[in-house]
Amino acid sequence: MYISTEGIEMQFVLALIIGAFVGGAAGYLGTLMLSKKMGLVAGPLGHLTLPGIAIALMFGFDVSLGAFPMVALGIVLIWLFEIRSKLPMESLTAVVFASGVAITFLFLPEEKTVPALIGDISQISLLAAAIIVVLCTIILVATRRIYPKMIMISISEDLAQAEKVDVRRCNFIYLTCIALTVSLGVRIVGGLMTAALAAIPACTSYNLSKNLSQYSWRGMILGSSACILGIAGFMFTGIPAGLLIILTSASLFLASLAFKR
Amino acid sequence: MIEEILKVRKLCVELGGEQVIRDLNFEVNKRETVVILGPNGAGKSTLLKALLGLVPYRGEVSWATRDISYLPPQELFQRRDLLLSIEEFFELKKASPDKASEILEQVGLDSSLLDKRFGSLSTGQFQRMIIAWALVNEPSVLLFDEPTSGIDVGGQETIYSLLHKFWEQGNLTILLVTHDLNIVWEHADNVLCLNRKLMCCGPPKQVLTPENLEELYGTGVKYYVHKHRGY
Repeated sequence: MYISTEGIEMQFVLALIIGAFVGGAAGYLGTLMLSKKMGLVAGPLGHLTLPGIAIALMFGFDVSLGAFPMVALGIVLIWLFEIRSKLPMESLTAVVFASGVAITFLFLPEEKTVPALIGDISQISLLAAAIIVVLCTIILVATRRIYPKMIMISISEDLAQAEKVDVRRCNFIYLTCIALTVSLGVRIVGGLMTAALAAIPACTSYNLSKNLSQYSWRGMILGSSACILGIAGFMFTGIPAGLLIILTSASLFLASLAFKR
Repeated sequence: MIEEILKVRKLCVELGGEQVIRDLNFEVNKRETVVILGPNGAGKSTLLKALLGLVPYRGEVSWATRDISYLPPQELFQRRDLLLSIEEFFELKKASPDKASEILEQVGLDSSLLDKRFGSLSTGQFQRMIIAWALVNEPSVLLFDEPTSGIDVGGQETIYSLLHKFWEQGNLTILLVTHDLNIVWEHADNVLCLNRKLMCCGPPKQVLTPENLEELYGTGVKYYVHKHRGY
């Protein structure tokens, strides 16, 4: 298929824009996830997207559209199980994600899921990019609003409730933001590496910051920068962007160890 | 005139199918210090949570105020890894930096600590800081859950002398959960002996008899009656 130079340039610009937004949203939300000791939750949720991505690839629609209902279903199940069982959220995530992956491989041929594992940024429409930018902005605003309350919850749910924080509502918004971020993240880095998209910038930012404000904003900037650099690297080398984004992010983390406060 | 700030009637709490608190009745007056005493598993922390509406209960809990501050120090100690400055920690209570500086100074801490990380304070500074945090919005009632558990004797002294200082200055009512009988003699107006049900209630001199303590703890308890009271 012939693609004009202009078309490639447009794809490159769109990829950079969505990378900057998705990376920023994931990095910002990731700092909150790390504070709640849930840094790896995005990993299982990324795996949970696999059935949705595989269906999207089979029927030719956007992978994020396939991924979101699966993650949303998983999140709702985790939320309900948490209310019912009082077990830690990360344990319940393991239950739901393992079941989701098992169901995927039970019903869908393995080869359909493979392209979903490391992401694809080569086919982005202007409309999809616009929707992704809007969704990332919503994630950032919602996360910013619940951030202090979630920190209070992470210290103690009882303390937060005593301070009149609506714990269930905050947890629901938080989990919805994670679901959206994971669904958007799988498009860029694939279902295998979404945890890294959220967790690595947060870890790097932790090393470089001395308070919560610095930590959260630096997480966003680091996430965004890693995506921009990774996508730029893909354009020059042809190595999948997902791999380069994660490797860039990991390099930034290693460099941050030298500056750890 | 003595004003009642809390009235509890026929309070029952059931958790996981087990009755943790049974048919509890008591009142607390304004500016009283009430120590809730009892062995492990007696339902002391659950009682505080029920008073705050954090666990489901049957019966009546009536507060004459909404300015209630709850402080579970152990949970705060466990999250000292959080990347949070002292100023940001006070912002969680919507306290301005000026107000936070002022109360930090009242507990004997320098306001320059506001920039420090939550976890970088020494244990003694941390205790002072969390008391300042609990009191920053000038609550009418303080609910403290095991404030000195796992803290050395010197640290315990700091907490209680600070509480005493704030109690003297304002209209503070304190409900304190502890295992420590010395605290009861030193600081309590009333003591509530709890072992799933109310075992005894009243001023320490009246209710803390060897017989009552043996019934409460199921074994003989040695103690010394203090000759002075802090509050």
